[in-house]
Amino acid sequence: MSDFLQFLIAGVSLGAVYALVSIGFVTIYKATGVLNFAQGGLVVLGAMLAHTLRIQLELPFALAVLGAMLLMAFVGAALERVVLRPLVGKPVFAVTMVSLGLLIVLEQVASAVWGYDPLLLGDPWGVSTVSIGGVSAKVADLWTIAAAGVVLAVLWFFFNRTLRGIAMRATANDPEAALANGIGAGAVYGLAWAQSAAIAALAGILLASGSKGVDLSLSQIAFRAFPAMILGGLDSPGGAVLGGLLIGVTEVMAAGYLTPNAPWLGANIHGVAPYLIMLLVLMVRPYGLAGTAEVRRV
Amino acid sequence: MTPAKRAGPNADLTRRYADDVRLFHGRWRQLSLAALVVAMLVAPFGLNDFWLSVLIYSAIASIGAIGLNLLSGYTGQVSLGHAFFLGAGAYSAAWLSSRFSLPFPLWLIGAAIIGGFIGGVAGPFALRLRGNYLVIVTLGLVVLGQHVFENWTSVTGGLSGVPVAAPLSFLGLDFAKLSLPGAEAPLSRNHGFFYLSWITLAVLALMARNIVRSRPGRAMQAIRDRDVAAEVVGVSLVRYKVGAFVVSSGYAAAAGALYAAYARYVSPLDFGLTLSIQYIAMIVVGGMATIHGSILGALFLTAVPRLVETAGPWLPFLSQSASGGGITIAAANQMIFGALIIAFLLFEPRGLAGIWLRVRNYFVAWPFSY
Repeated sequence: MSDFLQFLIAGVSLGAVYALVSIGFVTIYKATGVLNFAQGGLVVLGAMLAHTLRIQLELPFALAVLGAMLLMAFVGAALERVVLRPLVGKPVFAVTMVSLGLLIVLEQVASAVWGYDPLLLGDPWGVSTVSIGGVSAKVADLWTIAAAGVVLAVLWFFFNRTLRGIAMRATANDPEAALANGIGAGAVYGLAWAQSAAIAALAGILLASGSKGVDLSLSQIAFRAFPAMILGGLDSPGGAVLGGLLIGVTEVMAAGYLTPNAPWLGANIHGVAPYLIMLLVLMVRPYGLAGTAEVRRV
Repeated sequence: MTPAKRAGPNADLTRRYADDVRLFHGRWRQLSLAALVVAMLVAPFGLNDFWLSVLIYSAIASIGAIGLNLLSGYTGQVSLGHAFFLGAGAYSAAWLSSRFSLPFPLWLIGAAIIGGFIGGVAGPFALRLRGNYLVIVTLGLVVLGQHVFENWTSVTGGLSGVPVAAPLSFLGLDFAKLSLPGAEAPLSRNHGFFYLSWITLAVLALMARNIVRSRPGRAMQAIRDRDVAAEVVGVSLVRYKVGAFVVSSGYAAAAGALYAAYARYVSPLDFGLTLSIQYIAMIVVGGMATIHGSILGALFLTAVPRLVETAGPWLPFLSQSASGGGITIAAANQMIFGALIIAFLLFEPRGLAGIWLRVRNYFVAWPFSY
């Protein structure tokens, strides 16, 4: 039982990070209709910026995190303005492929500036663990869950209770009607990218905290978060959180129970399990658990 | 459907449906194609092994790119799963040629059939899912495929890969040791494989051209442009969507099989997501929904990394080793890939085939601007 609880905490923590990355996907998808493959690049870039601020400029950790998120917000807005704005109105395929190209370029820029070796973030948690009622949990995991919870709460408040958030939802719903009411689509697109880049930076920092450090392989997290986003439904923030948690717990449980008990499944079964679950769910619900079904008029 | 013979300056114009679907548009195209064939026959004699291998890999990539273009360019089903089908073909070729010691065309055809069958199993996903959902599911296919390649050790050899010794002789003609009448030493393996791969490409390209200019091709393009409308006018979505998957993965498997036979070794690391992205880049850079564009794109994207490698020592901003910091050649190539996809989609969405069309039209219309 204590094994199970331990796996559950680790799984929820991983799931919280997946939820953050998926929320980033969903924000951009809802606002602009783009499936943003470059999210993984933003995750890496954010964590690497945090490393520079923390280790090289010797800022306090909290300040380094906020600084990295702010810088990434600017990077996100700039990418939108320079690379993606000219593509507004082009076929979805073209825009998606451009974001894929962007991912490749971002990864290589990051490796050219920061190199290939893992960089430590110098976070205050390290590898320490606490024991709650006989179940030991990593401090970093608990902080991850807390930070993700705060961000998700702030996002909920932003989208439901502030004028700008409601304006964003309006544009996502119907850009022309929103424009007629004085909401510029361009500003909303920029804001969506800034927001999602900042969240990506936070996700990267949380993932790289502790002894893991950040290197290029961190961008793979985005590909592992795809099943989470698809599972929840491409256009549903709530679904992204649900899918993220589901995938995170599945992955940790598969690593914890399947690998020792069923070695014939292969050593990496926990990396594949999210995709298997995604395939099964999509066969039953082609628009994910909470996504909007596309209405097809004949 | 042969168009009636016409004379005069307008003989090559497209004026009827029959003109639109003919295989060769006019005398000049036939002549230039013949010239191209002669050039390809002579080319290996003037090229060293390095450039021969670049051209062989280009031919192999062209076959895969044609397959992807049939699926994504013509039918509009964007797939990131192409690497999986290439891998399936490569392992099938390794398995068929070692376990059953099948001779040359049989392991290639067998691999294509196995690939097509797997495509037929994966195809129905495209009936249920559309757009971005399909992209991610095909991405999942690559992840699952790599897992299978790494763990099904009795067939794939696991992480350490499997050697391939596919025989290359056909009706007594051994492509690994071709010899000219009267010459004492046989030609090199690269030389023979060059002919083998480009002849296979020519056959498969002709087949693809025939598919797209006939009824199935029209049906596929109708599905791409608006699937509901296509269904309403009587195009069977089941038949043509699944069919496109079968044909496309058959092409990919054939390319994978040739790759395995040429490289003589297959490892699961060869068939990751990067490979899928490279094939997407080929059809984007070459030109969506064109057969010759697929070949142009494959040639371009296979040759560019080799050119950067060759030019590397003279480019001061590139560092020669990974430890020295700065941009390595591999990193520069990745960056060029990404930048090419972005640049082509922003500035020339019709790809190299579009540029070629513009250049040709300029000369056709000369001295008028259009």
